[in-house]
Amino acid sequence: METALFYDRLQFAFTITFHYLFPQLTMGLALLILYLKSRALWTNDEHFNNAARFWIKIFALSFAFGVVTGIPMEFQFGTNWAKFSELTGGVIGQTLAMEGLFAFFLESSFLGFLLFGEKKFGPRVHWMASLMLFLGSWLSGYFIMATNAWMQHPVAYTVAEDGIFHLTSLWGLLTNSWLVWQYAHNMTAAVATGSFVMAGVGAFYFLSNRHTDYAKTFLRTGVTAGAIASLLLVFPTGHENAKQVFEHQPVTGAAFEGLFQTERGAGMVLVGQPNMETLTIDNPITIPWGLSLLVYDELWAEVKGLDAFPRDEWPDNIPLLYYSYHIMAGLGTIFIAIMVPAMLLLWHGKLFKTKLVLWGILLITPFPYIATTAGWMTAELGRQPWLVYGLLRTSEGISPLVHSGNVLFTLIGFVGMYFLLGILFLFMFAETVSHGPEPQNAGGDAPVVHSPY
Amino acid sequence: METFWFVAVALMLAVYIVLDGFDFGTGIIYMFVAQTDEERRLTLNAIGPVWNGNEVWLLAGGGLLFFAFPKAYASGFSGFYLALILVLWLLMLRGIAIELRSHLDHPLWRPLWDVTFSVSSLLLAVVFGAAIGNLVRGVPLNAEGYFHTPFWTSFLPGPEPGILDLYTVSTGILSATVLSIHGAYYLAMKTEGDLYQRAHRFAKVGGWVLIPIILLNLLSLKNVQPILSANYSAYPIGYTIPLAAAVALGLMLYFGQKGRDTAAFFASCLFILAGIGITAWGYYPNLLISTTNQSYNLTIYNSATSAYGLQVGLIWFGIGFPLVLAYTIFMYRSFWGKVTPASLHESY
Ligand code: HDD
Ligand code: HEM
Ligand code: HEM
Repeated sequence: METALFYDRLQFAFTITFHYLFPQLTMGLALLILYLKSRALWTNDEHFNNAARFWIKIFALSFAFGVVTGIPMEFQFGTNWAKFSELTGGVIGQTLAMEGLFAFFLESSFLGFLLFGEKKFGPRVHWMASLMLFLGSWLSGYFIMATNAWMQHPVAYTVAEDGIFHLTSLWGLLTNSWLVWQYAHNMTAAVATGSFVMAGVGAFYFLSNRHTDYAKTFLRTGVTAGAIASLLLVFPTGHENAKQVFEHQPVTGAAFEGLFQTERGAGMVLVGQPNMETLTIDNPITIPWGLSLLVYDELWAEVKGLDAFPRDEWPDNIPLLYYSYHIMAGLGTIFIAIMVPAMLLLWHGKLFKTKLVLWGILLITPFPYIATTAGWMTAELGRQPWLVYGLLRTSEGISPLVHSGNVLFTLIGFVGMYFLLGILFLFMFAETVSHGPEPQNAGGDAPVVHSPY
Repeated sequence: METFWFVAVALMLAVYIVLDGFDFGTGIIYMFVAQTDEERRLTLNAIGPVWNGNEVWLLAGGGLLFFAFPKAYASGFSGFYLALILVLWLLMLRGIAIELRSHLDHPLWRPLWDVTFSVSSLLLAVVFGAAIGNLVRGVPLNAEGYFHTPFWTSFLPGPEPGILDLYTVSTGILSATVLSIHGAYYLAMKTEGDLYQRAHRFAKVGGWVLIPIILLNLLSLKNVQPILSANYSAYPIGYTIPLAAAVALGLMLYFGQKGRDTAAFFASCLFILAGIGITAWGYYPNLLISTTNQSYNLTIYNSATSAYGLQVGLIWFGIGFPLVLAYTIFMYRSFWGKVTPASLHESY
């Protein structure tokens, strides 16, 4: 019999991973739509307006799924993690309540304008709405990351005798040093997802010889933003994130790098399988001195391995943590290998003649989702066995009276429900892409469906 | 300070019920009053630009509760575990139904989502009513301030009640009736022609059905939870709230008869606000009442966060809340007026 804790964790991990598939696209697209709308306003070119409208449709679709899967996230703190909520609500309740008040209202109000308001209010208001939507979604990301950053690296709190955490400085909570690089890295990843999807749709149209004008715009925008984001993901944001993990959670760093023994001049494992029986890496391919250099900028620096820490502080699923981290970092390298050459080709005017690269752009489309999910697994599995790092264990956070049978029931329900939602999303996405970005009422006599409802 | 946040949370949730309430109501009567495809699209367009914003009041209200009274949030949400997860699933289905229904023109697609939308709206209205019923009746809190209730035990209220018993089912029915009338007036205000006629007729007839249901609820209330009347006896000024509710109800019926649907809709808003006000006034300062031992009650004092937390919250609440009001009013003003078949072609 598995315990309630196990199902609670599985349910949270499953529901939030699924939720985050949608916001990463909307946050990324919000920036790109703002760019397209600005171009349209600037040049008065209807082409960019049509392009923006097409992506607003995709945005709205992803947003709707983000909203319905986001609501369970907010509830689950109370339903499944009651003890955690009781103890830390005074701290993380602040950021979660602010997210609702500042970000969600902004987003949901202005999406209405973006969808319904163009004819009624004219191009300036419409541009404003796209700006507000961008601000809203990035603010939403900021507050939720502030919550997560506090769990990774608690600041500005005191613990009372009864174990309850009290906030001592709101400003301190919002300017957590951990948050800076985590937010930068995560938002860059969202831009990567948005731009890879845009470029991928562009490549799809271009290769299948449809909507070629729009395909070119999508490719230009997507490839440029994608290349920049890929570079920024690795350096500086990824690099700095890794450094701060080694500084504040050294055991986590050792675990995701697969460093079992403390070493001077530690190598960086590129490939290999952690063996938890012998506590070694099987079939390793390493860069000598790589890790010491990366973390401490010094060839012979000592890096603490897992053996330096008591076993009950090791993350509880080291192989999965290790693979997640390596998948993320490996994909990061591949993204650069595809998008940077594509950008150079674009600059030299050759991209639209190089079929091979266009195919690469098309096929890489889903991979930012995988990298992002792997990244979150790195962060969250790496935090284990703590819920609040170093202070509150995950096993102490669950709801005291909700038993495992109940959680298994709802977990199964969520899996079924999300399976359905996933299929619906893919279906609607394909439907929207196959309609294409051309304005649809050009001269036809049948009344066309315009309103989203 | 605690009192301020009690009012703030209650206010957010009350506004939620008023705003999303007409979405639910519209959903409940949707299949009956909107019969052709165009009428259904008009109906959805009447709530389309606002429904998501309305739902955010629930999220923000929940967020405020979490922030100000973490203990009550934790206890309440985990205690109603299954019921809340069911609410989540219903909210998800309803949201998806509204968003996806008109994207595809297929004879099987649209009816599927129509039924989903309607049924999930009805169930949500009942469940939210039952939830208020549960709060009023109380839950079996233990000494640590936690509880866990199954859906049902025996249907008569007692010390170990389930979520559904005779009393909470009756509040569920009350809520579904109130909200469907509320939604019908909203729809009448937003539409023309046949659709308008049907919505208007529904609201008018519904108003009379409502009165016996309310009386029944009031009568049982005294038996179910006597402590609610304590605040009223101590501060008789509280009696103005039920008075306001009665006046609002009267106005709603009156304007409804006169065919002034906008005025009737606003009277219905006021009626719902006052209805929640009645409960909140009686409930204060409790957040959860125990059926086992009154000393286990969770109140705004024993479940609040630290004084610093509550104070610093005033800063962002003071900035955020006016902003929220401004967006909401701006939104409703921008989309004010009837939805017409022509307006179906205005956006894209
Ligand atoms: C497109 C996605 C993507 C790519 C290519 C990368 N990352 Fe990443 N990474 C994320 C997407 C991401 C993320 C999903 O956005 C995470 C999860 C939590 C967070 O803030 O960002 C993350 C977290 C994350 C963490 C964990 C932080 C923590 O424990 O809180 C580290 C150490 C790195 N990243 C490091 C890297 C390095 C060294 C990369 C390149 C070689 C890299 N990431 C590429
Ligand atoms: C504010 C943001 C977040 C908060 C507050 C948060 C909080 C939590 C909590 C409470 C748990 C359950 C306890 C545990 O097993 O560790 C958890 C686990 C997990 N979360 Fe997060 N999380 C956040 C963001 C994310 C995101 C965006 C993802 C992925 C897309 C994610 C992925 C996971 C995973 C994979 C686990 C499972 C870890 C395990 O099974 O041990 N988290 N997180
Ligand atoms: C435990 C953590 C989380 C909770 C409680 C949560 C909660 C929610 C809720 C309730 C919504 C719907 C809001 C609405 O109705 O407009 C939502 C949407 C959203 N969430 Fe999450 N979420 C979590 C994790 C995340 C993470 C990690 C991110 C990004 C970094 C994120 C970004 C967003 C964004 C941008 C939206 C807007 C809708 C969209 O763009 O798809 N969320 N979230």
